[in-house]
Amino acid sequence: METILSISSALCLLIGSFLCLSGGVGILRFPDFYTRMHAVGVTDTLAAAMILIGLMLQGPEWIAILKLIMILLMTLFISPTASHALAQAAIRNSLWPLIDTQQETAEEKSHRTPS
Amino acid sequence: MRHTISLSIGLLLFWLLNSGHYTLMILSLCVVSIVIVLTIVHKMDVVDHEAQPVHLSRKFPAYSLWLSKEIVLSNVTVVKHIWLGNESLSPTLTTLKASQITDMGKVIYASSITLTPGTIALDLVGDRIMVHSLLRDNITALESGEMDRRVSRLEAQC
Repeated sequence: METILSISSALCLLIGSFLCLSGGVGILRFPDFYTRMHAVGVTDTLAAAMILIGLMLQGPEWIAILKLIMILLMTLFISPTASHALAQAAIRNSLWPLIDTQQETAEEKSHRTPS
Repeated sequence: MRHTISLSIGLLLFWLLNSGHYTLMILSLCVVSIVIVLTIVHKMDVVDHEAQPVHLSRKFPAYSLWLSKEIVLSNVTVVKHIWLGNESLSPTLTTLKASQITDMGKVIYASSITLTPGTIALDLVGDRIMVHSLLRDNITALESGEMDRRVSRLEAQC
């Protein structure tokens, strides 16, 4: 039991770290502000969740586990609000996103907002 | 009244979880601070169905399970495209229609869009949500309206 727990905990932590790293690479690699925000989304959601779950599996006592669950819930509630505030600040200051126009059809164009 | 009770239970659990000390002195401090918070909150007049959405609690677990599944799937897609490089991206900006009636439902829908990596809700005016997405496929998935329907069903509990 002990071994299974520590192995699965290590696995979760490893996946979480890989996702954090990917998020970081995405921030450096992606072309503009909005696409970079999508990369941050990875670090915000699944990476944080995996690391917290990994820590929960190592949990020495129930109160630590409950606190970790609380941190996870808080992160999941706060991060969309923060991202939305950031994105809206950018759009209000008329920073227009890069749009992929290559394969865009006429039908999709009509869906787009007038910018 | 229902909202006040749910707020006090929430605050009580929050205190008990964070403190971890269950002596009489600490517990009485807990009760005193909860009473103070409740008084302030009542004077501010913010205890209502928006601050304490108790009416959603019955259906919320099922929705959050579905949302977690979506978050995992879209994370995998975004990570794949991070490593594939910029050529594989097709950033798109669209306006979607939110079919929810209440503000609460619209906010849940917009937050769910933002929470799944690959799509961000930029602006919410009336029932139109402006969405930026990393890939055109994300928009197609949103336009198929499964998330919209699920949020509407969640909201229908009111």
